[in-house]
Amino acid sequence: MNGAHDLGGMHGLGPINPEPERQEPVFHGDWEKRVLAMTLATGMLGQWNIDMSRHARERQHPADYLKNSYYENWLEGLETLLLESNLVTVEELDSGKADPDAGTTSGLHIPGPKDVPGILQKGGPSRRNPTSEPVYGPGVPVKVLNSHPIGHTRAPRYTRGHGGTVAAYHGFHVFADRSAHGPDDGAHLYSVWFTADELWGNGAPETDGVFVDLWEPHLEPVALWPR
Amino acid sequence: MPHDGHDHTEPPPELALRVKALESLLVEKGLVDPAALDVIIETYEHKVGPRNGAKVVAKAWADPAYKDLLMSDATAAVEGLGYIGRQGEHLVVVENSDRVHNLVVCTLCSCYPWTVLGLPPVWYKSAPYRSRAVSDPRGVLAEFGTTLADDVEIKVWDSTSEMRYLVLPARPAGTDGWSEHDLMALVTRNSMIGVECALSPAELEQAS
Repeated sequence: MNGAHDLGGMHGLGPINPEPERQEPVFHGDWEKRVLAMTLATGMLGQWNIDMSRHARERQHPADYLKNSYYENWLEGLETLLLESNLVTVEELDSGKADPDAGTTSGLHIPGPKDVPGILQKGGPSRRNPTSEPVYGPGVPVKVLNSHPIGHTRAPRYTRGHGGTVAAYHGFHVFADRSAHGPDDGAHLYSVWFTADELWGNGAPETDGVFVDLWEPHLEPVALWPR
Repeated sequence: MPHDGHDHTEPPPELALRVKALESLLVEKGLVDPAALDVIIETYEHKVGPRNGAKVVAKAWADPAYKDLLMSDATAAVEGLGYIGRQGEHLVVVENSDRVHNLVVCTLCSCYPWTVLGLPPVWYKSAPYRSRAVSDPRGVLAEFGTTLADDVEIKVWDSTSEMRYLVLPARPAGTDGWSEHDLMALVTRNSMIGVECALSPAELEQAS
């Protein structure tokens, strides 16, 4: 979706103002810690995947997404996921009190403190067994499809319609554009090199540019001129 | 942070209340175990952080065989040091030199190599950084006080998949014969994202 989260190349968002590294705490307030922990812990219930959680954050109104701080966006996303998974109701969120008639959450395995280190260490590898051969390979020129899906996509707007070169093949990975909507199937993943001049028309040297990870369905072959 | 108008040290009271209410609801419904939440927070506040990455970098500087492994299979190389898990499942290391400078961003969200760097800093997740790192990397570097020679090639890595990127900064001059332990002190988090270079011995002395 062409949402406010797709920020590459946008103007007018102000200076970065980084906090000095040595002075920056990991969290700025206890509430941030709890939002992070609740997001990870409820993710361990297996009711949604990481692409769904990204999509839940980016589906907010663009004005809200840009206005909110980072963990506010996580909180918004978490509430959306809890509601859409029927783990809580709107009334429960509003009241902060559990409704005994709001359906059962039995059958879910709730991770305890002893389970957490193992789950975090295991992570969520996205590589899968390939079901086809990759179409492209390193050095092959490609073009990003000029496509504007209303659902989740990991092809940033600033790459669409632009030509690049496959720099590396990363293997067969869960295709985020689909898994954000359910199916956990994979697609071939590539690192694609775009020169800065191709993306931004800024006359930068050919050696400056951006590597973007794109899945095969994002790409099309570059038509070569007939000899 | 001035750029987003939020004072992170004092959250709006209604926000803190909303978070508390959500947690008590989830606990009441038996959907989360508060002790598990504490373990998650403890992990990322005190255990998993950029000292992991600094150890990887210092080892690569000091041990050519380790560097070869790191450049060819970074996931395995950092797993050898015990750094495995969430948001580090598929790691790639890119090397800075006096000729090439790499910079990492996630324009679409906040993808970041947690196993070696911990949770990302506020600025990395902010709209100003995410918007301009790809279109004006030299301008972004200047905001961190980093100026590169005009002929240094800039390569930006936009983390749009589950691949995670770690920058291997160039080893500072004047560090021949330094131990891994001493080299680690030169490796800042920001140098492993690529917005700064590693500290020189003189900068280290100044900083401490």
